[in-house]
Amino acid sequence: MFGLVPASIAATGSPSAVAALLALSAPSLAHLSPLDIAVIAIYFVMVIWIGFYLKSRANTSEEFFMAGREMTAWIAGLSFVSANLGSLELMGWAGSAYQYGILAAHWYWVGAIPAMLFLGMVMMPFYYVCKTHSVPGYLKLRFGQGTSIVAAFSFAFMTVLMSGVNMFAMAEVMKVVLGWDLNFSIIVSSLAVAAYVALGGLRSAIFNEVLQFVLIWGGALLVPILGLIETGGWNGLKAKIAHNIATGVTAPGDYTHMWRSMGHFADNPMGIHWTGIVFGLGFAISFGYWTTDFLVVQRVLAANSLRSARMAPVIGSFFKMAVPFIVILPGLLGLVVLQNSDGSLMHLVGENVVAANPGAGLHSYNEVLPLMLVRYCSPGLLGLGITALIAGFMSGMAGNVSAFSAVWTYDIYQPLINKKAKDEHYVAVGRWATILGVVISIGAAYLVMNAKGIMDYVQALFSFFISPLLGAVLMGMFWKRATKAGGFWGLLIGTLTSIALWAWVKIDPTALRYVAISPDAKDMAENMYRALWSVSVCVIVIFVVSLFGKARPIAELNGLVYGATKLPVEEPVPFYKNEYFWLVIAIICFLALNIYFW
Amino acid sequence: MHNSGISIWFFIGVLLTIYGAMIFGYGLFELATGHTANVILANLHAPVWWGGLMLALGLFYGLRFRPGRDG
Repeated sequence: MFGLVPASIAATGSPSAVAALLALSAPSLAHLSPLDIAVIAIYFVMVIWIGFYLKSRANTSEEFFMAGREMTAWIAGLSFVSANLGSLELMGWAGSAYQYGILAAHWYWVGAIPAMLFLGMVMMPFYYVCKTHSVPGYLKLRFGQGTSIVAAFSFAFMTVLMSGVNMFAMAEVMKVVLGWDLNFSIIVSSLAVAAYVALGGLRSAIFNEVLQFVLIWGGALLVPILGLIETGGWNGLKAKIAHNIATGVTAPGDYTHMWRSMGHFADNPMGIHWTGIVFGLGFAISFGYWTTDFLVVQRVLAANSLRSARMAPVIGSFFKMAVPFIVILPGLLGLVVLQNSDGSLMHLVGENVVAANPGAGLHSYNEVLPLMLVRYCSPGLLGLGITALIAGFMSGMAGNVSAFSAVWTYDIYQPLINKKAKDEHYVAVGRWATILGVVISIGAAYLVMNAKGIMDYVQALFSFFISPLLGAVLMGMFWKRATKAGGFWGLLIGTLTSIALWAWVKIDPTALRYVAISPDAKDMAENMYRALWSVSVCVIVIFVVSLFGKARPIAELNGLVYGATKLPVEEPVPFYKNEYFWLVIAIICFLALNIYFW
Repeated sequence: MHNSGISIWFFIGVLLTIYGAMIFGYGLFELATGHTANVILANLHAPVWWGGLMLALGLFYGLRFRPGRDG
């Protein structure tokens, strides 16, 4: 619709030009004031400025891809969480909370915290000591080139698709909230991300992620605060939900407890059993994502010491535990406070229902967060809230393209195309790979427009690639006997198993009773059990194949495998700076949250 | 966050200061004129206290991590 015009607007950050475009746009939920537009424009100017400022500090490959390994624990930890705070976090899970209740918080607590703490305390020493540049790089050191190539290609594929999902989701929000054209939003955001990551590399991505993290909280925290004031606090919210269910206004279900309805697939709206949550989400998907997805691991690898690298995920875990207050809580509040113009309770519906009833004035689950912003935020604050959404989308996208750039350069281009180039050459390849990643992501964004649902799509991708990778990394890191052939075949067959199981259910839906153990299982449950199957197959194949092969000498495994690595001794520090102290505090908080919302 | 150059916390301080001043200023304008935005709980004047909080945090970080200051 707007062609290339928005690109110049992104570069100049001109509020008047943006306002002129808004005047041309479609009807929307909100109308931005000049103050809101100024807030958004200042954000874009700031992120581009940071990219230009840091360009001079991204001259070597170590600086461009690893941020010089100079990040403190706090910076690495905030960036670690922020890179994950993409569009799906902010918008999709708020919608899931509206639809499924507080069950959605499982993805933040049992589906994240144990894995983050395990990464920091158990796995990080091996990643850090072996000085790898990437997770496929670790697999190359442990299992050889073949396994690394499989992991690198699957990661690169998944990463640009994820980036496309982020872009599409952001464009959808901008369309719904502001009436912006999809193409306009996709091009503006992708140009901004391409500019600051290509200029400043990982350091620029990390700087911006920390900035975006602060903005996300500054812009989104006001919604649950005002929402709780309106409903009379948590107890008032629970009472209102119970009243709405009793009067038939809201669909029956337990919206405010996390574990009570997990006894059977049919007892909860997600159609999942507690074993799926604990073993599928809490282990196969969560550990796969948080411990082997290079998008997040890359941030921790940039830490300035082993202690910082271990502390970063622990620090990140506290913020991750808090994210439901700005994502899940607004979704729950939406259940009782959102109203139609006639004063009746608003009912959000699925994307397919909205699409089937054009002109009916319906809103989808994914729109709950923008609707809540519009409800409470006056000029300036609305701009801040919109900026928080944009910041979330851009941090997720920047995380994907910076990780793609590193994996493309180190794990695909260097071993397969140009093995012995100068360091400057690889930096140049990294910059171009960033731009290439953005271009492919844009293509993926348009592909995603035809997908059934954003969350289903992403969960399916996770189980395809991330879970078998977890099996390979865990076996490589904790079993000295694992061989090169075992790693390669385990990863390949585990990945193919996941894809085959997905295709089986697509072709024959009755296969769900085998893949997800119950015919009552729903999409999310299927994803979790498929992840569990694929990681299991990967581990079994590695085990069996390795038994028939010859293990590497112990001396070659130093820095790579538990029991064969002598870790550096860290200097003693006061208890409040010790990672084990904060580990215990994090575990206590995690248990307390689950018990309180049991 | 690194030995030379501008700290990320300074960038954050600058941005929070600008945003805080804009939102706080708008909140004061609302209070002074009585023209409140058509939003729920407008009587709580969220722009005043939320903008004021952002401004205070922004000034703290901006000054604490300004370029050229040690520590």
